[in-house]
Amino acid sequence: MAHHDFHMPVSETQVRSLKVGDTVTLNGALFGIRDATQIHMFDRGRKTRFDLRGHAVLHTAPNVRQVPKSNEHPTGYASVCVGTTTSARMERFTRPLMQEYGVRIVIGKGGLGEDSLQAFQDLGGVYLAVIGGAAALETTWIEAIEEVDLEDLIPECLWRFAVKGFGPLLVTMDSHGGSAYAQVAKTAESRRAAALAAMGVKA
Amino acid sequence: MSKLHVDIPAVEEAAKLLYIRALKVLPDDIKQGFRRLDAGEGDGTAKTILATMIENIAVAERTDNLLCQDTGIPIYNVTIGRDVEVDGVALKEAIRRGVERATREHPLRSSIVHPITRVNEQTSCGRFVPVINIDFDATPRTLRLEMIPKGSGSENGSFLRMFIPADGVDAIKRFVIDRVMEAGGKVCPPTIVGVGVGGTSDLCMHLAKIAATRPLGSTCADPEGAELEAMLSKAVNSLGIGPQGLGGDSTSFAVHVETAATHITMNPVAVNIQCHSARRATATFTPTGVEIGF
Repeated sequence: MAHHDFHMPVSETQVRSLKVGDTVTLNGALFGIRDATQIHMFDRGRKTRFDLRGHAVLHTAPNVRQVPKSNEHPTGYASVCVGTTTSARMERFTRPLMQEYGVRIVIGKGGLGEDSLQAFQDLGGVYLAVIGGAAALETTWIEAIEEVDLEDLIPECLWRFAVKGFGPLLVTMDSHGGSAYAQVAKTAESRRAAALAAMGVKA
Repeated sequence: MSKLHVDIPAVEEAAKLLYIRALKVLPDDIKQGFRRLDAGEGDGTAKTILATMIENIAVAERTDNLLCQDTGIPIYNVTIGRDVEVDGVALKEAIRRGVERATREHPLRSSIVHPITRVNEQTSCGRFVPVINIDFDATPRTLRLEMIPKGSGSENGSFLRMFIPADGVDAIKRFVIDRVMEAGGKVCPPTIVGVGVGGTSDLCMHLAKIAATRPLGSTCADPEGAELEAMLSKAVNSLGIGPQGLGGDSTSFAVHVETAATHITMNPVAVNIQCHSARRATATFTPTGVEIGF
């Protein structure tokens, strides 16, 4: 289990070197993306002007404060609280994000499913887990909101954050078919009968 | 004895304050719950995750920031005691204004959209939101306002099943175990699993919500429900799902059960899950003033 310090963007080789159980810290750019962002991008024909090739997307919709535009706040938004949302709702967007936009890393909580795991294998990608609900801490890893696209979808815009020391994040799905979530589901399934029997219930 | 006259502007202020406070400071019973889980956790990754969550609680307080980005669906539970005089319509309007002001003035992310158009009014309000539940109890000259920002990741872990009498209590137990397995890491464990047993379909789900948002350490007033929740608490934590669904013993702080009588033909069960950011805040109005707590 190795630790990796990434300066974004990353190459396919870098991403394929990651294994479940490794940890990663990101530096540079990180893109915030959410349900509505991807519904508009993949179901309603909208495009983003951002170049996402080799980049990481974070499943988020931040709390922001509107401020006058300045060097510190070029978008007119200051971050109040940036956290992570449940990834599973966005399962069907993993492959198109990678295929059409070249995204290499998906960051979220709760994990993704089999289709995403297959996309990570086919195209070279990984899923990194943030501790969900630990947003006050996560916010301290965000330096600035650098750019925003699809702004009418606020708070579900496509955000470009500048990050420094974003992590450590745990690799929980890799490009070799490894998924910590699938392993845990298997464990739970193997313990189900005993859990029910302890309550006097037949499986 | 004179009545308690509830001041409507004070309700608006309290509604605003409670929303912001609930998002920032966890109740002591939840903090204690984290310490208890951490002490009993045997898995290394799970212990690291619990430590990060505990650190986050401290960071939120130190930086005066939100615990979680999800501002949730605002729920207000109003409990009106005896000898209380209040304009109910004005009370509901004041709560709504408090929510709008918290959203605009803090500011908070408005997480509320129209269910069909998905338009966000940026006020954290909409049709029938904030959710306002009004009930009565016997406490003299007291009005209690409880605010719960219910996070969506765990609210999506809501399930209802109308079993039949022939399925028995076994079906209820199996249902809870299977839904906790299905929810896995998506509901941000460690969780409080709220279980409603009995009633009508809507009452059953409401009971599950009451159970999910009840303080840790409290027990079901119905001894049958209390026995069931103790049994289920042990069972869910034997599954190995763990914090964030990444393995370990700490799947849930507790399973809470609430019961209601039901029909001879019915055997309903509902599950409503509360994530580890189990946020609540209260304001208690009495003749001596307003007290803020959990």
